[in-house]
Order: sequence, then C-alpha cells, then structure tokens
Amino acid sequence: MKLRLIAAATLAAASFMAAPMAAAEYPERPVSLMVSYGAGGATDFQARIVTMVAGNEDYLGQPIVIINKPGAGGRVGWNWFASEAESDGYTMGAYNIPHFVAQSIEGGVKYSAASFEPIANWGADPAVVVVGADSPYNTIEELVAYATENPGRVTLSGAGLYVGHHIAALQIEKATGAKMAYIPTKGGGAAAMKAVIAGDVVAGVNNLSDAFRAREAGNVKILAVADLERNDFLPDVPTMKEAGFDVDNSSVNFRGVMVPKGTDPAIIEKLAATVPAMFENARVAKQMQAGGSPMHIMTRDEVLEMWAAREETLTELLAGLK
Amino acid sequence: MEFLQYFGGVFEPTSFLLLLGGTIGGLILGATPGLSPTMAVALLIPFTFQLAPTQGLILLGAAYTSTVAGGAVSAILLRIPGAPANIATALDGNAMAKQGRGAEALHISFLSSGIGGVIGVLLLIFLTPVLAKWALAFGPSHLFWMAILGVTVIGSLDSKSFVKGLLSGCLGLWLSMIGYDDIQGAQRFIFHDALTGGVSIITALIGIFAIPQVIDMLAAGREKQNIASIKVEKHSFIDSLALTLSSIKSLSIGTVVGSFIGLIPGVGGQIAGLLAYDQTKKLSSNPESFGQGNPQGVIAAESANNAMVGPSLVPLLTLSIPGSPTAAVLLGGLLIHGIFPGGDLFDNHPEVIWTFINSMLVGQVLMVIFGIAVAAYAAKVAQVPKAIMASAVLVLAVFGAYSVQQSMGDVYVMFVLGVGMYFLEKFGFSAAPLVLGLILGPIAEANFIQGSLIANAISSPAQYFLTGSLNLVLIALVIASILWSFFSTQKENRAKKEANSL
Repeated sequence: MKLRLIAAATLAAASFMAAPMAAAEYPERPVSLMVSYGAGGATDFQARIVTMVAGNEDYLGQPIVIINKPGAGGRVGWNWFASEAESDGYTMGAYNIPHFVAQSIEGGVKYSAASFEPIANWGADPAVVVVGADSPYNTIEELVAYATENPGRVTLSGAGLYVGHHIAALQIEKATGAKMAYIPTKGGGAAAMKAVIAGDVVAGVNNLSDAFRAREAGNVKILAVADLERNDFLPDVPTMKEAGFDVDNSSVNFRGVMVPKGTDPAIIEKLAATVPAMFENARVAKQMQAGGSPMHIMTRDEVLEMWAAREETLTELLAGLK
Repeated sequence: MEFLQYFGGVFEPTSFLLLLGGTIGGLILGATPGLSPTMAVALLIPFTFQLAPTQGLILLGAAYTSTVAGGAVSAILLRIPGAPANIATALDGNAMAKQGRGAEALHISFLSSGIGGVIGVLLLIFLTPVLAKWALAFGPSHLFWMAILGVTVIGSLDSKSFVKGLLSGCLGLWLSMIGYDDIQGAQRFIFHDALTGGVSIITALIGIFAIPQVIDMLAAGREKQNIASIKVEKHSFIDSLALTLSSIKSLSIGTVVGSFIGLIPGVGGQIAGLLAYDQTKKLSSNPESFGQGNPQGVIAAESANNAMVGPSLVPLLTLSIPGSPTAAVLLGGLLIHGIFPGGDLFDNHPEVIWTFINSMLVGQVLMVIFGIAVAAYAAKVAQVPKAIMASAVLVLAVFGAYSVQQSMGDVYVMFVLGVGMYFLEKFGFSAAPLVLGLILGPIAEANFIQGSLIANAISSPAQYFLTGSLNLVLIALVIASILWSFFSTQKENRAKKEANSL
C-alpha cells in the first residue's frame, strides 16, 4: 500500500515536472513541418531549403521533416493544422500570407489568424504585373491607359482566387479605377505565366521570383511590383506607388513557420529565438539566392503585427466581393 | 550533334552509379501503387542538395524515366496501375498475365517503353526549338477540345457496352467535380472533410483498381486453398523482342501520340497511354481482341507513356514552363542548383543540360535491361497464394492512398470507391472509363471556364471556341472519333445479326 502511494506520488511529481522539462529538452525527436502545397511547388521548395540546417546543434539539434498536405489552394492543409495537428511543438506548419487570411475571411474553413501562433517569417515574394515579351505595352501607365479606354478588355491571369495574385489584381483595379478581367488558372503560377507568354491573356499577375526567371529567359516584360519598395532582384522595375497608383504590399506572398494555438509558450519562445537564426544561416541564404527566391526574415513579434495588419486590409478589400 | 561530346559525363563513376541507383529505385517505386513519378522525383530532391548539379539531375531524370515504366509491373501482374500513365497497360497486360503470358507482357512492355522513351528523348534533343513554339500554340479553347477528344474515347474503352462505358465515364466526370473549385471559388459536394481537396486521381486509381481485385482474391481464396493468382510461364526474350520490333503500327501510334501529348502543357501524360491504346484499337483489323490479352495494346500504351517523357520537358527547358506536375518538381530540382531554364539554358549550362538529357537516353536502355531482369522474378509473385497476395495488395493500397497527402481521409475515399467499383463491375461497368472521366473532367472544365472568361472580355465565346485553324482541326478530330465509334458499332451489330440469321 505504502509502495503504491510512493509510486503514485512520484508519478504525480513526474507529471508535474514534465511540462517545464519538455520545453527545456525540446526537441528530443525530429520535428515535422506541414506544407499545404504539393511537393515541388514554390512553398515546398523553399521550406525544404530553409529547414535543411535544422539538425545543427546551434538551431534545433533535430532535423525538420516536410509533410505535404496539398489540396483546395491550401485549405486542406490548414484545416488539418487548425483542427487536428498536435500542439506539442513537434508539428509545425508553413503559412502563406495573404492566402490563409483571405480564405478565412471568405469563409467555409476551420481557421483564422487566431488559430495559429507564428514563429518566424523566411520569405516575401511580391506580386508583379507581367506582359509577353512582344506585347505593345512597355510601362504600367500604358497598360492602365488602355484598360481605362477599354473597360473589361484587359485580361489578367493569376493563380486562383483568394491568393496574392488575386488580391493584387483587386487592388490594381481599385487603385486605377480601370475595369479588368481577372482570369484564375488551375495549376498555379506556372499556368498563369504560360497564359501570358503564349498570349492567351493581355497581361498577368505573377510571383516576382517566377517573373524574374521568365524575364531572364526573354519571355516577358515586368511592368510593376506591388510592394512598398523596389526589389533587389529587379532594381529597374518601379513599384505601383511610384507609378502613381495606390497599391501597398498587401498582396506580397509572405512565407514562414507557425505552430497550432495551444502550444506550450515556453516552446514557442524557444522556437521564436532559434528559428530566425536558422533562416539566417549562410548556406540557406546562398541556396535561396541561387533559386531566385527573395528572403525576408521577420521575428515572431513582427509577424504578429503583419498578420493583424493584413487581416484589416483584406477584410476591407474583400468586403465588396461577397 | 553537340550532345555527343557530353556523353562522357554520364559514364563518370559517381554519375553512372547514381544513374543505376535512380533507375533501379525508380522501377521499384514505380511498381508500388500510389507512388507516382511526380512523388518519386519530389522525394529525391532533398538528396540532390548535396550533389553537383549534373549528378543531381541525372538522379532525377533516371527516376522520372524508370518510375513511368515501373508502373507497368503492377499493372500487368496485379491489374493495379502504378500511376495514371499505366492504366491502358493494365487492360491487355493483365489479361495476358491471366493467360500465363505475364513474362511476355513484361518483356514487351519494357521493350516498347524503351523504344518510345528513346524516340521521345531524341525529339527533345533535335527538335526542341521547333517544338517549343508548338507547345505554346495550345490555349484554353484548344485544351478544351483536346479534353473533349479524350471524352469521345470513353465509350469505347474497355467496355462490352457503349452505354455502360459512357455511364462509367460520367461517374468519373462527376467525381472530378468534388472539392473546392479554384476558378469559381465554390465548394462542391463536400459532404465530408476528407473531400475538401477533391478526389485525388492516385487515390481513386488505387481504390477502383486494387480493392475489387482484393475482394475477388479473398472470395476465391475461400473456395480453393493455395491457388496461384496468375500463371507466369517462361518466355523467350528473343520472341518478345521480335514481336515488339514487328509491331511497327502500334509502336508508331504510341510514340506519335505520346510525344504529341507530352508536348502540350496542361494535358499531362496521364491520358497519353489511353489515347494511344484507343487509336491502336480503332485502327486494328481485329479490335475485339483488345482487352482479351492483345500484346499490341500493351505495346501502344507503354511506348506512348514513355515517349511522353522527353517532349514533356521541352516547355520546361526552353520556356521555363513546367508542362506537367513532374516537370514542375524537376524545375525545383534545377532551381536549387541555380540553373534557370529558358532559351539560353543550352548556351549557359551546356554541360549540365546535355549530360542530363544524355543520361535519360542511357537511362532508357538501363531501364529495359533491369526491367527484363524483373520479368524473370515475376513468376515468384505469381506463386504467392491468393489470400496472402490479397493482404499484401491491401497493405500497399492503404499505404499508397495515405501517402498522397498523409491523410486517413484519402484512405476512406479509396475504400468507398473500391467497394463501389466492385459492385459496379458486377453489373458490367469498368474502371478505365471512370478514371479517364476523372482525369479529363478538370481539364475540360477549367479550360472551358477560363476560355469563356477570356472570350467574354475580348469577343464572343462562339468565336473563341469555334474559329481558328487549330480549333477546327480538333473539332474535326472529335467528330471523326464519334462517327468512327458509331459506324463500328453499327457494323458489329450488322455482323451479329447476319451471324444470327444464318
């Protein structure tokens, strides 16, 4: 009887100790990172690069394993992450802003910004306006002038609805007052880019990284960047603001790492301290540069602020759509 | 002939070992239901981080080539296509295996894969600049008509009854509409969380092909103990080689259809095998023998799905546009080494790109050699008692369906479709038209809606879809295909009537 009591007491003590202990020794085993897009896509590709040094003792000391849960423009993965993922710190997820915030405003999903705890941001891929290499338009002003004279005639391709490209197209329409036809494609940014190069559409909204490569290959002209500042990859391309149109950075595709709500604050703190350092690793930076993927490292506090700001702008922008 | 000077790179010790490893590994991955070429290549990308660009690409290219061909092994022996590209192979390949001609079916399948594959890569080497223009010529309206052309095939594919074939196809088209629609932003038929992302083709493929097999095997196992599921008699390789080489017609149809479809971004190699199979059947003097174990069916399907591999890289390498999911994954593999595909790729990185292309050529040959070696072991698979085979297939099926999105939801979807298909087969419906519907549905729908949106902005839909020479050619092909099916059914019926009246 006494033995049993002692055993029970030890067990109770052990479980009492377990919580802080878990954070101190975390992580004891490999950590998984859920990516809500398919293997080989831009988010998956970058997630694999930025996590490749996780096993280093300076960072997590444990490898990060990528788990793909693609489908419905990311909704499948984020639904799972919000409702089923364990909040023990061993399941992280990759976020895409503005995608998941826009989807939660649109409705029909199980998550919102409040369902997740951001850890750090690794990249920012702004949306750009592209036209085919042989297009008659050489500046954004010329394209907008044509669109103003011919309402609804300018077709703009982009990767689906409620993604960065769509948000940028909505903002451009709003800022220029010109009516354009947004053509969502199935098959992501690549299909939207093909439509521009082949001349299926007049212009397109696409990722800066993909447009940069398409321009290097001589296939497109890039007319404007939907961001607050010019981009290092494209120092010669003006921002929409410089061209006189009030388009901010709401459509910039921010990518980073988060954990489900309810994760031990000590673990979140630990991750928030080590993960940005991991993104800053020289090998990671070199590989990202080689892949033409713009990096933009932000800490947990900066990301929290950015999420809140996006939620506000997007709610206003999408209000007219529903 | 610039490519010849880079052959040395393929035979450097490390590169060649990677090529060997990629080919053998690819064959095994390809033969596993659920592990599609796209997934195999994606799984290998992290391994290429540490390799030199050329070596990394050799590994990826070898894996791509051999997974496409490896899918034929399970298609023939188990009637479970390893990937959508191998659906048509299962039709006659498995019928041959049931007649004890499994080894022969594997031989001709690998030989025709190799021949189609080599021709496809040669097209990539010599005609890339010409073909690149072609790849861009297909806009939404043309892709829509291409998909409709595929739909016309549905009724006549692997079905005793034209109407039941069409009904199976319709069921597939409906299944393809489940899930969230990216273009209209609508949620459709999502009765359960597992359906949010729609029915993935791989999940459906495993369910409707593997589960009815498992049920059949278990049912038969109760009646007779230890009965072999298929017979595999030894077959002379020389005979298979002679048969393959003499099947000029099926080989040419397969290679032409496969290369052409591979070239068009957005159609994907998934339908290359089925379209080639159907054309070969229509142009055959003996169409009834297809589906009963006609080697020509296997030759057409396999030469088509490997001929597709080379041309499918044309839009990727010259325009930086990945034309298929696998090409998109390969693009990631190129970018990670700082290689940007585009018109000047062949000038900037000739050693990397030519070594890569050459390795695919050598890889095709290695794949044939190892594939033939696999055929020798096929007999062992056939000796496995049905009950054990059924459990093994079931494990693979669950594993394959789960691995698509790491989701139990897909496993449920697979079981529901599988059990449903078991009963449908009892009523004479068949699986191949259903899968074709599932594949073609999204292509037809997305391109029709996109085309309509563009048409409304610039002109009228009628003008957009019905004018232009490419549209007209495709429409003519659609009409020809329908008329052909109609008249051949009429002819058959008349022949039957005459036979009855005698």
